[in-house]
Amino acid sequence: MAGENSYDILIVGVGGQGVLLASELISDVAMNAGMDVKKSEVHGMSQRGGIVSSHVRIGPVVYSPTIEHGQADILMAFEQAEGLRALDWMKKDGVAIVSTTRLVPSIVTSSKEFNYPHDPIATMRKNAEHVIAVDADKIAMELGNPRLVNTILLGVMTNYLPFEIGLWQDAIKRRVKERFIDINLKALDRGRQIKLSKVEV
Amino acid sequence: MRELLSGNEAVARGAYEAGVKMAVGYPGTPSTEILETLAMRYRSVYSQWSPNEKVAYEVGIGASIGGGRALVTMKHVGLNVAADPFMTHAYTGVNAGFVVITADDPEMHSSQNEQDNRIFARFAQVPLLEPSNSQEAKDMVVTAYEISEIFDTPVMVRLTTRVSHSKGIVTLGEVTEGPDKKFIKDPAKYVMIPSNARGRHAVVRGRLQLLKRFAEDTPLNIVECNGSKLGIITGGISYQYAKEVLPDADYLKLGFSYPLPMKKIADFIASHEQVIVVEELEPFYEDQIKAAGFHIEGKKYFGAQGELSPIRVAEGLKEAGFIDEIPLALIPHQEGMFPRPPVLCPGCPHRGAFMALKKLGVAVAGDIGCYTLGVMQPLNALDTCICMGASIGNAIGMEKVKGSKKGTVAVIGDSTFLHSGVTGLMDAVYNHSNVTIIILDNRATAMTGGQQHPATGKTLMGDDAHEIDIPSLCKALGVKNYREVDAYDYEQMLTTIKEEIEREEPSVIHTSRPCVLMPKRIMDEPYVVDLELCNGCSACFRIACPAIVASKETNEHGRPKAEIDVTLCTGCSLCAQICPTEAIILQSKFVPEGV
Ligand SMILES: Cc1ncc(C[n+]2csc(CCOP(=O)(O)OP(=O)(O)O)c2C)c(N)n1
Repeated sequence: MAGENSYDILIVGVGGQGVLLASELISDVAMNAGMDVKKSEVHGMSQRGGIVSSHVRIGPVVYSPTIEHGQADILMAFEQAEGLRALDWMKKDGVAIVSTTRLVPSIVTSSKEFNYPHDPIATMRKNAEHVIAVDADKIAMELGNPRLVNTILLGVMTNYLPFEIGLWQDAIKRRVKERFIDINLKALDRGRQIKLSKVEV
Repeated sequence: MRELLSGNEAVARGAYEAGVKMAVGYPGTPSTEILETLAMRYRSVYSQWSPNEKVAYEVGIGASIGGGRALVTMKHVGLNVAADPFMTHAYTGVNAGFVVITADDPEMHSSQNEQDNRIFARFAQVPLLEPSNSQEAKDMVVTAYEISEIFDTPVMVRLTTRVSHSKGIVTLGEVTEGPDKKFIKDPAKYVMIPSNARGRHAVVRGRLQLLKRFAEDTPLNIVECNGSKLGIITGGISYQYAKEVLPDADYLKLGFSYPLPMKKIADFIASHEQVIVVEELEPFYEDQIKAAGFHIEGKKYFGAQGELSPIRVAEGLKEAGFIDEIPLALIPHQEGMFPRPPVLCPGCPHRGAFMALKKLGVAVAGDIGCYTLGVMQPLNALDTCICMGASIGNAIGMEKVKGSKKGTVAVIGDSTFLHSGVTGLMDAVYNHSNVTIIILDNRATAMTGGQQHPATGKTLMGDDAHEIDIPSLCKALGVKNYREVDAYDYEQMLTTIKEEIEREEPSVIHTSRPCVLMPKRIMDEPYVVDLELCNGCSACFRIACPAIVASKETNEHGRPKAEIDVTLCTGCSLCAQICPTEAIILQSKFVPEGV
């Protein structure tokens, strides 16, 4: 239910993927840009392979700390099927930034009852206008560290939020260990070069 | 100074600003980070984990009587454990200020029930504060100490998951010393023998009258006038949801909600054409307002179960006829998705016991901790889970009535055993029970994030501590059959459990492999699958290890063979032990075909 100059962001992934760190960074940037911000998530089971989601709401004044179905301006997914699962949280004209990562849980491999969807990203594209698929694992490997996936996806997101790149860089400098700062700034920049292209739409 | 703080961090900050001398609690989602924040960031406040909430509450009372402001924290069900001191503490009142935080969990994100602890405040007749965001959480904690000292009463501050775990911008306040108080002997106030307690109960009744007057005037209860005909009475997180839906309605926001400001409520009702109550869980305001003779509604439209949300509030307001339209999601919900339940980690030392228990088909009384995940598919090895410490008592009862022919086992974690399992074990020995108790000792309170407890050798603030020796403790209680088992040795686990359930005496089986995540991440040499030998029987899939995934290769029935994600495998070897074709091998021993 975000109004003008407001942004509702939903970040989803699987325990251990760094969902909470990403939402922390976005909130930091928003606060330093002078906006009101609230973020909400449920802790507890996050370390045990379950779904983790974090809501970030930015605006002149924010009341509810949680987003509603159909209201997210941006959906950021660290895993394909989780992106598809959360798609109905997004506005029809929202932007989905999805890592092509696939994590198949043992409940799928150990039973015939459940299946991993055939091509989650294709299904997302059928239902939403703006879906950006990012092979973040591959880019992270090219940059030399698999843990850069969330920074790469954040880099993509910088294109869709009204904050100067300097604020993002500052947030990274504050939050990341000294020796990882440079590589994270590079990852942010790599992500920032990925935008919705005609091919993607 | 402004900082982005969670509700829990804000409570810690508030306690620091109020000059609290003692912060004490027992971990429990969503309350845990309050004490962790104090121990990490505000180290001038002495903070500690106690073995359970009752002890924590009693330590807090002691600090307050001794002259230092006290903060006691717990999750909602923790207050059940601490209810005994809590109820009588209302009678004695305080010396230095005393605040108890109850962090409730509507929707049961990580709890076994969703009780509404506001009712506890009314039960004990102590004042209740309900912050709706992080700023209020900090400010109300500071105010709570003033109320506590002015009215000589413990004060309850009630958080809910969305307040505890949401972050918002907080303007920090000044750090103060707190009052300079000393212990003063006063048995008529603090020694609750019947003759004294009768007098104190009268004090409680009188205090309630004073608190009612305070509730009318305190700025914690605000009327927000926007010139609307519709008035909404609300408090806590429900206020934020209602504002999201109807920012321009009139509001009576209850920050101080027990005792209720009934005159203020009466005026608010009288000055609005329509009034509705929006609150999460129980009809706490509603029942009291109705009992005072007013015709208002609330639960009829919003329900008494689960979390509210802006949409749920909007739907209720629509049903009540106050709004016409609700924005709907336009993208359809994706049907038929697989679930992704939380699972035991790769290498979790709890896994082997559940593999064995499943195989034996015994009745398993469970308890609360990571090991409660043993109930999930495909392990399916737990039969009960009621509350912390319940497993041993449950097992004793089941066994006495011979409920299971195959035997009865209790499983309990180390932190839970020390919290409230020890008394159950006394009962087993004392009353000649034949139960078999498995203490799954991973040397951490893992479920809530790896907190210290009296057998880990460290305190919350990081000092060394005596480690309770669980074997000696059990033996001192009179346990004769005590067996130590390696949690990574499946055969040993299976035969030991079998032997002990056949015995006509209580036994304890103790496992002591540490948690693989905390305090140190354990990563031994990983195992790999030899696809030549794997026949796709899926035995290893059924132990529910996240490191074992489906390979692209299939067997003759089209079933996938197994593959191990070496970045996740910790080398616990359990899968290798149960593989019928010995296809799972240490990575260094594996020689691929053609090399
Ligand atoms: C009365 C009460 N207090 C706290 C909790 C939260 N809680 C659930 S399990 C648990 C402790 C688990 O530790 P342990 O028994 O060692 O098992 P582990 O998770 O390490 O396997 C806690 C603190 C609760 N459910 N009930």
